[in-house]
Amino acid sequence: MSTLKLAWKNLTNKPLNMALSLVLFALGVGMISMIFLIEKQVQEKFDKNLAGISLVIGSKGSPLQMILCNMYHVDDPTGNVKIKDVKPFLSGRNPLIEKAIPLSLGDSYKGFRIVGTTQDYPQLYDVKIGEGKIWKNNFEATIGADVAKIVNLKIGDTFHSTHGFLSDGMNGHDHGEFKVVGIFQKSNSVIDQLILTTTQSIWEVHGNHDEPETTEEEPESETETDNHEGHDHAAHDGHDHHDHDHPAPQKPLIEEVDQEITSILIKFKESSKKSFQALTMLRGINENTEVMAASPAIELNRLYDNMSLGESFLRNLAMIIVFVSGLSIFISLFSSLRDRKYELALMRVMGATPTKLFILIIVEGLLLAIIGYVIGIILSHLGMSIFAGQMEDKYHYSFTATKFLKEEFYLLGGALLIGFIAAVIPAIQAFKTDISQTLTES
Amino acid sequence: MLQTKNLKFSYDGKTILDFPDINCQRGEQWLLIGQSGSGKTTLLHLLGGLRKPKQGEILIDGKDTRQLSSTALDKFRGKNIGIVFQKPYFVRALTVEENLMLAQQLAGQDINREYIYKLLNQLNVGHKFKSKIDNLSEGEKQRVSIARALVNRPAVILADEPTSALDDKNCQEVIKLLEQQAKEANATLLIVTHDGRLKDLVKNQIQL
Repeated sequence: MSTLKLAWKNLTNKPLNMALSLVLFALGVGMISMIFLIEKQVQEKFDKNLAGISLVIGSKGSPLQMILCNMYHVDDPTGNVKIKDVKPFLSGRNPLIEKAIPLSLGDSYKGFRIVGTTQDYPQLYDVKIGEGKIWKNNFEATIGADVAKIVNLKIGDTFHSTHGFLSDGMNGHDHGEFKVVGIFQKSNSVIDQLILTTTQSIWEVHGNHDEPETTEEEPESETETDNHEGHDHAAHDGHDHHDHDHPAPQKPLIEEVDQEITSILIKFKESSKKSFQALTMLRGINENTEVMAASPAIELNRLYDNMSLGESFLRNLAMIIVFVSGLSIFISLFSSLRDRKYELALMRVMGATPTKLFILIIVEGLLLAIIGYVIGIILSHLGMSIFAGQMEDKYHYSFTATKFLKEEFYLLGGALLIGFIAAVIPAIQAFKTDISQTLTES
Repeated sequence: MLQTKNLKFSYDGKTILDFPDINCQRGEQWLLIGQSGSGKTTLLHLLGGLRKPKQGEILIDGKDTRQLSSTALDKFRGKNIGIVFQKPYFVRALTVEENLMLAQQLAGQDINREYIYKLLNQLNVGHKFKSKIDNLSEGEKQRVSIARALVNRPAVILADEPTSALDDKNCQEVIKLLEQQAKEANATLLIVTHDGRLKDLVKNQIQL
């Protein structure tokens, strides 16, 4: 019988003690691994979607909200800005700017956001067309891979947009009819969960194409996305989209000075990224203009800082649980050793060396740690799959539960160390068993 | 086979236990009788190599056990000396069969299942070989511990008060089994006891 098998039998002979140690250990390991998993994947998502964007320009409000809304599509817009206010950035004449991409938000289909933008937007994320083609005319839409999959839209299908971002289908508020002309390849970027169309389509849907006077109410309606009872854009649309022919936008975007967009994503030229002008642009915009600029890098760092507070609390809690579980392994081995001291003396009588007994107890500790670790990792990945489901329902972001991190591998090392430390004192005691004395004690 | 000369032992350095010389030949059966506190168990532990004597020689099969290193002594003991304790100790997590297999393995012997079953059957506990130790009666436990003492075919069998917890019927039976098994294995049997019932059962006797 191998030492491993004997250790296993000794442990399973006291199933309750074993279960207690395992539950505590698994809980600690599970929490730590779950924190790693979530933190890593959230950061990965954020970083991947940075896509070299240096600045986001939009209406004044919370800069973090603007970043979250326009880059990650998880928060509401801060409001809209007029083209004339942001013309210098869109004109293409700014020597610092490589790309300036306008975004118009406000409508959705079954919870997926419809974004009016230019074809530069998917290029920013290196997303390729999977099927069909890229949108060109108004009311043509190219949709993200997740959108196509989840709401089951195919090329040639049409759908009606809904004002706001809620997925509960406010039927009375159907906007224009869009036609799917293309589906993007899955890219794990934010594009997967978006429906892209022309900026002008969004204007038309909101009924303010060439009707500057109606734009006054738009900023409010964009921000109040969850309260639109009796607010039907189609009513003052002036025409019916169903049999309307939508020609390619005639006027360049930049000349529609009184129209509104939600934001502009700015990508600096590689050469000017670190230049003084680029670095001071943010402050210049915020101090001298009616619009707001925010740097995703700065805002995300602020967000991580806030997150890390909660994270470090959870991590400390997990550490305490791991410590207690180590203690529980120690106590359980120590007390089982008391019951088993005759057994150990007997094993010595039968020819076992002290080292053999030492190894036996250490193996018992390590075995508990390894099993606890495995259960913990299973728990954390199960937890992650629940979390992923929730994130997908709420934000349409997909997380994966099947990805393993190298940190989890390090965690195994930590687990083994704790198992060893918890077992070492009982093991030394077993090593020092005095056969004769133990057997005469009874 | 089992021989001591001038054996002395002391727990505290003052009171010295002075043991009479022992000389048991191969296959012989001896009874060592003494009152409680006379050092019977101490002597048995000395003979079994569980303790080191203060002075004197212990020769088992011609080998002076005091000369052995502690690791070598552990192996020597496992292989050559079978001990039946007053209380039947076992590894409780294991079954009867596994306990005997462990005894063979720790002594560095090959596992011999056939011999294990044979022994258990001879001791009338053959049907219990898959049982956990906690599910055996006292009498059964004592038999299994005899089986364990014999499982490596030792040259010397030491039994420490093997009958003290048993009634007259079981007492006679256990002694008979011990004698019978020792004879079969051609092993030297030394029973340490204060149990007066055994005086009439074993011929060779040493008084402590």
